[in-house]
Amino acid sequence: MTFPGAAGLRVERTGPQLLVEDLGRPGLAHLGVPPSGALDRSALALANRLVGNPEGAAGLEALLGGCVLVAERSLRLAVTGASVGIRVDDRAMPWGQPVPVTAGARLELGPVGWPGLRCWLAVGGGIAVAPVLGSRSTDVLTGLGPAPVGIGDRLPVGDELGEVGSGSAVPDATRQPLVLDLAPGPRRDWLTDDALERLTAPGLRVMPASNRVALRLSGLEGLPARRTHELPSEGVLTGAVQLPPSGQPVVFLADHPVTGGYPVVGVVSEAGLRRCAQARPGDSVRFGLR
Amino acid sequence: MPRVLPYGDHGLLLELGSLTEAQAAYRAVRALVAGGELPTPVDVVPGARTVLVAGLDRGAAPSWQAALGALRPDAAAPLPVESGVETVITVRYDGRDLAEVAAEWGCSTAAVVDRHLAAAFTVAFCGFAPGFAYCTADPPLPPVRRLAEPRRSVGAGSVALGGEFCGVYPRAMPGGWRLVGTTDAVLFDPDREPAALLRPGDHLRFTAGGRP
Repeated sequence: MTFPGAAGLRVERTGPQLLVEDLGRPGLAHLGVPPSGALDRSALALANRLVGNPEGAAGLEALLGGCVLVAERSLRLAVTGASVGIRVDDRAMPWGQPVPVTAGARLELGPVGWPGLRCWLAVGGGIAVAPVLGSRSTDVLTGLGPAPVGIGDRLPVGDELGEVGSGSAVPDATRQPLVLDLAPGPRRDWLTDDALERLTAPGLRVMPASNRVALRLSGLEGLPARRTHELPSEGVLTGAVQLPPSGQPVVFLADHPVTGGYPVVGVVSEAGLRRCAQARPGDSVRFGLR
Repeated sequence: MPRVLPYGDHGLLLELGSLTEAQAAYRAVRALVAGGELPTPVDVVPGARTVLVAGLDRGAAPSWQAALGALRPDAAAPLPVESGVETVITVRYDGRDLAEVAAEWGCSTAAVVDRHLAAAFTVAFCGFAPGFAYCTADPPLPPVRRLAEPRRSVGAGSVALGGEFCGVYPRAMPGGWRLVGTTDAVLFDPDREPAALLRPGDHLRFTAGGRP
């Protein structure tokens, strides 16, 4: 796809998934529109500060890295999130710092090594694709926003706005197990004390079906609950931990449906959501009750 | 008696006893937001028995907790002006499940159409897909069983019944509701203002017509 607008980045390789994301479309849940946006909002905001952008400018969310972008003019870039090798015209560049590139330069993000899954790339001026409902984020659930970035795409970049910022970009704590702090959810009382204990015991694993919609976990099959019936549809928030009868908890992430029918027993904190953004299939997870 | 349940650090879930109460509570919560005396939430999301107030700053939760706890939604209260919109949707009653619905209701397909045309609908809540509105009927329609196995694709503009609700599929997608007709109305267009044709609290009627 080619976008009208200022020259920016030409995509030579995307890796497994490369998406444009900003801070999403908050405030439209009552119309059935998911919040969407970068899975790790702080990582995108930091990358934006590093290149002098407002925190909510659109950047790229790269799953497992492995992408190659060519600058069509001189640009400022910064990469945050999972630790990843960065090369510009085959010279190693620092992660988590502003990197100036000249017109024609080839930026390569290496593969993201374990632990970790996603990194965010900000570019001075922001990715300037047309916004949809006020956001440039790709929502994989509804298809709102730009299509996933493909090989050969030319991504327009806006004019640089501010001065290069600073901030320490420490790779996300991805020590295993990933601990997700849980604040109480509306249906916590559906769980027996036994079930609560099992919910917080080690042994949960990230399932391969996980994506931007939800982190899907296995390991609670046969969990005893006081009640198990389906609920009339009710609003769902990012971080909500839903417990379907399969005993496979679902942690809703940015592209989640806005209503759901299974009990929400807890809500993962913002810090926990950052860990979810880095959780790979097979990683072990543990809920920490508050 | 409404209950206020915790929903993480930034949300509260008001739970009501019935769908009608939940619809009245949504209007009451919208009125509270419009009144401007409480911190503005990011989202107010109606459900079938609930209203979720979300995106509250940490300091804002106690005042909302108190306000929601004190709500005694009056299901008979008039609608605020902003949600008093009445939309009319033109339907061709050519749905492939008309006969099944008629059998379930114990009437003719013509009677199904008549009852659908005679009802005044209100959008209770949205979900499932952008612009998909769960509409309740007055007088109420008998409940309709959903398909045991949802169809892999239901066409955009399909007018369907599921449980106590009527809805229109905003785009082609999987679905398990019973199809009674089709419309050319565009339910959701992100480039239009407003993007969603039907919003919670809106009124809706169906009229028969359109090209065959």
